[in-house]
Amino acid sequence: MSPDVPTRPPQRGRVRRALGDIDGLRSAVIATVSAVVVFGGGAFVVVRSPNWPRVRQQFFNGDDFVDAWPQVLDGFWLNLELFAYAMLLIPIVALAIAVMRSLRGPAFWPVRFIAVVYTDVFRGIPLILLILLLGFGVPALDISGLPRSSTFWGIIALTLSYSAYTAEIYRSGIDAVPESQTASARALGLTQWQSLRFAILPQAVRNVVPALMNTVVSLQKDVALISVLGVRDAVREAQIYTTRTFNYTSFVVATLLFLAISIPLTRFVDWFIARDRALRSQTMVG
Amino acid sequence: MNAGTTMKLEIDAVAKSYGDRAVLDGLTLKVAEHEVVCLIGPSGCGKSTLLRCVDLLDPIDAGDVRLDGRSIIGREVDADAVRRRIGIVFQSFNLFPHMTVLDNVTLGARRAHGVDRATAEATGRDLLSRFGLSDKANEYPNRISGGQNQRAAIARALMSDPEVLLLDEVTSALDPELVGEVLGVIRELAGRGLTMVLATHEMGFAREVADRVCFLDRGRVLEEAPPAELFTEPRQERTQQFLRRVMEAGRL
Repeated sequence: MSPDVPTRPPQRGRVRRALGDIDGLRSAVIATVSAVVVFGGGAFVVVRSPNWPRVRQQFFNGDDFVDAWPQVLDGFWLNLELFAYAMLLIPIVALAIAVMRSLRGPAFWPVRFIAVVYTDVFRGIPLILLILLLGFGVPALDISGLPRSSTFWGIIALTLSYSAYTAEIYRSGIDAVPESQTASARALGLTQWQSLRFAILPQAVRNVVPALMNTVVSLQKDVALISVLGVRDAVREAQIYTTRTFNYTSFVVATLLFLAISIPLTRFVDWFIARDRALRSQTMVG
Repeated sequence: MNAGTTMKLEIDAVAKSYGDRAVLDGLTLKVAEHEVVCLIGPSGCGKSTLLRCVDLLDPIDAGDVRLDGRSIIGREVDADAVRRRIGIVFQSFNLFPHMTVLDNVTLGARRAHGVDRATAEATGRDLLSRFGLSDKANEYPNRISGGQNQRAAIARALMSDPEVLLLDEVTSALDPELVGEVLGVIRELAGRGLTMVLATHEMGFAREVADRVCFLDRGRVLEEAPPAELFTEPRQERTQQFLRRVMEAGRL
């Protein structure tokens, strides 16, 4: 079970380590020089451009930054709220669609058909259009009992669109589970649904966790699209600030707020995927 | 094997094809209670397909399968109830990798047959200890050897106390030194009088454990006889040819 560790002759090991140190040093020097050239050169070009002073005034103004911060941050909480609701709804809707599409047998034909139409339609519509259509369209219908809040319909639009993609991710995970697993579940007397629920889905979901995490990162940014409905999120607040002061620093504020969430999230996803891969290769014995 | 008594399992002129290829071509086979029948034959002769069809995992195109004289083919048959009476073990074990051995063994009882967890686990642990796996109950399948996997898979198939057990080349995916422990388990089951149909490449084992050996060729039973007879004086030319090849490969 435990892999044999080849024992290296000590002398060669020392030589190799010494060589490794030199290699490491060389790599570090190259990386530093390259970084100075690339970033320094880039900054030099920007700062030396004829309009830099004006751009700095317009986009990177310290006073405006402080001024716009509370307002944009206020809007950003709405983005986070949307993100949270969508994160709650998408996995559920997507899993339901994926399961519908995976059911076998003629009796389930209509169910499969609905699932296929759903994914085709909602993957086919640009998200921004879907948000506009639902956010302005449904409240205009004035159907009693339906909420009229743009935020609500924004969440629905995000959920519908992202669920279509996520359902396909789940489905690829379900397809990746060998058919023999279904056969042995059915052989135990489990129904089709029980086989999916207890034998196939747990494996399928585990297969696709890395892909799902990337979707989360993407969703975190796409919640900004809701601003097209006039909802006062971070982007909208930044726009309002700009129209009032003719200064664009508020957009930089919004950008930094999104980055503050998405960069740690991306790092976390990378770490998670690497850990998952390590765990899997570790248990793949025999 | 009197003509008058009802057979435990009757496979009657079963036909099955995948596309243009006929895998089972009017195959007929009768198995008496407590009988151990070994199916031998070249790969592609229909052994695995036959076992899958008998466990209703693949639909048949024509013919009939009867258990205790009653047909198990057709719309009005409750397939899940039939599968409870017929157990099957596959070549590649197919334990569920996300569950412990004990959960694998008890899944059917807990979820499909409405047995409460405590009772199911007690039965499951008994079975596992019978097959020398008591200390592996809480391990995951990829943490134990192939032989242990297959013994656990047999325990899982026995949980519903089936009347017939189908074994589909259960030792073919194992390293040679692990074959013995699985054959030992099957030997024990045969000794207890469990009705079994097993597709196998282990001719020596078939000779030892089988009451009857059937040579399958092109989707039919070409020749059937008690092992002593079939292995020493096969009548059909194809049987002779097959056994000769097996012998040359050193498996007899």
